Amino acid sequence: MKDLLEIRWHGRGGQGAKTSTQVLAETAMYQGYDIQAFPEYGPERGGAPMKAYNRISTHPIVIHSGVESPNMVVVIDPSLLEIVDVTQGLPDDGILLVNTDSKPEEIRRQLKFEKGTVGTVDATTIALETLKQPMPNLPMLGALLKANPVVSIDDLEASVRHKFEKKIGEEKTKANLDGVRRAYEEVVLE
Amino acid sequence: MSNIAQKQEKIAVSGDEAAAYAMKVIEPDVVAAYPITPQTEIVMNFSQFVADGEVTTEMIPVESEHSAMSACVGSAASGARTMTATSANGLALMWEVLYIASSTRLPIVMPVVNRALSAPINIHCDHSDSMGARDAGWIQMYCENAQEVYEKLILAIRIGELEDVRLPVMVCQDGFITSHAVEALEPFAKEDVQKFIGSYSVPYSLLDVDNPVTFGPLDLQDYYFEHKRQQSEAMSRAYQQIPEIVKEFKNTFGSEYDFLELYRMEDAETAVIALGSTAGTAKNTIDGLREQGRKVGLVKMNFVRPFPAEELRSALSPLKAVGILDRAESFSNQGGPLFSEIRAAMYSSGQRPPIADYIYGLGGRDMTPGLIEEVFRDLDKVAKTGKVEQSVHYIGVR
Repeated sequence: MKDLLEIRWHGRGGQGAKTSTQVLAETAMYQGYDIQAFPEYGPERGGAPMKAYNRISTHPIVIHSGVESPNMVVVIDPSLLEIVDVTQGLPDDGILLVNTDSKPEEIRRQLKFEKGTVGTVDATTIALETLKQPMPNLPMLGALLKANPVVSIDDLEASVRHKFEKKIGEEKTKANLDGVRRAYEEVVLE
Repeated sequence: MSNIAQKQEKIAVSGDEAAAYAMKVIEPDVVAAYPITPQTEIVMNFSQFVADGEVTTEMIPVESEHSAMSACVGSAASGARTMTATSANGLALMWEVLYIASSTRLPIVMPVVNRALSAPINIHCDHSDSMGARDAGWIQMYCENAQEVYEKLILAIRIGELEDVRLPVMVCQDGFITSHAVEALEPFAKEDVQKFIGSYSVPYSLLDVDNPVTFGPLDLQDYYFEHKRQQSEAMSRAYQQIPEIVKEFKNTFGSEYDFLELYRMEDAETAVIALGSTAGTAKNTIDGLREQGRKVGLVKMNFVRPFPAEELRSALSPLKAVGILDRAESFSNQGGPLFSEIRAAMYSSGQRPPIADYIYGLGGRDMTPGLIEEVFRDLDKVAKTGKVEQSVHYIGVR
C-alpha cells in the first residue's frame, strides 16, 4: 500500500455504505493504520444517492476535507452509474468496483473509463443467496480486498465478528461473512 | 514519561461518540439535554450508558434547550457536577440562560457541535453558533479531532471548577466533519480521569437548608456592576491558571493544550490562524508547501475564551503576513469575529504584520487544501508589498 489510501463509496441511503466504511476503517485500525470513515450527508433519506469515504494511512491523518481524487471507487448500487459521475477524480491508475451482473469491459465502455482497473461482482445476488436480504454493502468489502488487500480477508472476518456477533447473532454474522467471502472469490478484475 | 497514564486499547468512534465516552468517564451527577442534529449522537449514546447502568448520572430529558440549560443551572447551583450538549439553534434557544450560568458562576461543561444558524436551514458546520456566544461569559475551547474532543472535555471540567474561576465551559467540535467522522480514539482509564478531575464541591449549595442562600436575586445599581467586575476577574484568573492545569494534564495524559498550538512556526514568514478541524487540513497543506520550500506555518487556537492576546502577539509579531480563517460572519463589514479580535489584539504590539481575513466554509462548504493554498498565495503578495489591498476575502464561495 502507498502511504495513503483514499476510497469513495457510492450508494443509496439505507444500503449500508456508511457501515462498510466503518468496518473497513476499524479493521485497518486494528492492523496499526490510522483511519477515517465519514459519510457525506445531504438531505439524508432512504434511497437517495449518497457518498461515504475512507482514508487509511501508515501516517497520522490530519486532513479533514473531503476526498477529491480517490484511489478507489466502490459503487454499491448499479442504478447510480447513470445518474452520478462515479469516476470523478479517479486517476488513471485508479480502481473502480461495481456491484453489477455486467462484465468489467461493459462498465468500462459505458463509463468511458479507459485506463485503470475495473472490477465487477454481482453482490446483490450474492447477498440474496447468503443473507437472504438485498444488502450488497459487506460483499462489496470482500471485492474491495481482492482488488486492494490493504487488510487480509481473515482480518476483516475477525472484525465483522467482533462488531456484529453480539448485535445480530452468530447465524446472521456467518451469512454476512459467507457473502463477503463469495464476493472476494467471484469479483472479476480487468 | 513512565508516570503518564496508560491509554486504553484504541476504538474507532465519531466525534459525537468521543464526547459521550468522555462524559462516561467523567460521570457527571446530572445531565439535562435536548437532542439536535448534529449533537444528537452525544445525547443518544450517553442516555444508553445511563439506561445500561454504566454510569449513575441522573439524566433529565427536557422539552427544549432553554429548559436544558435552566435545569443545568439549578443542578449546578445545588452542587451537582452538571453537563449538557447542543448545536446551532439549540444554543441560540439557550441564550439568556447561558448568561445566567456564567454570571451565577456555575461550572457547567457543554460539548457544542458547531452548526450553521438558520435561515436558510442548514445542518452543517460553521462557527456562527458559538462565535455569537463568545461574549456570554463562557470559557470556549475548539477541537481538531475526536481525540481532542475527548481530552478537552476532561480538561474543561478541571478548568471550569477551579475555585477562583467557577465558570462554564463550551468544548466545540465541527458538526459532521468531526462529529460524524469515525477516527481512532485512545480513551483513558476511568480511574485516571476521576483522579485528575477530583470531586466537585461548591462553597454555597442551593440545597443546604441549614445554611440557606439565594441565587440570582435582584441586583440593581448598587451591586450589579461589582458582580460583573468580579465575573470579568474570574475570566482573567482562568487565563492565569489554565497553563498550570494544562501542564498537569500533559504530565498525566501526555497531550499538551496550550492556548495556542504553533505548527511549523519556527522560521515561518506567513501563517494562517485556524480553529477546529480546519487546523488539521491546514497542517496537511503546510507540510506540502514546506516541501516546496515555502516558509509557512499555522497558529491553532485551542482557546478563544479566555482570549490569548499576549500569546498571539508573541506568535504573530515576527511574521510578514497573517491570514485569519474565520468560519463565521459577523456582518460588521469588518470581517469575521476572529479577525476583529486578533487584529485588535495586535494593535498594541510594537511590531504589527499586515493581517487579512478569509471567511470560509459557511454552512459546511468544504475547506480543501487547494483553498488554503490560495490563502497562502494571497499572503505571499501581502508579504511582498507589506500592504493589505483587501482586508476581507470570501474563499470557496461562488
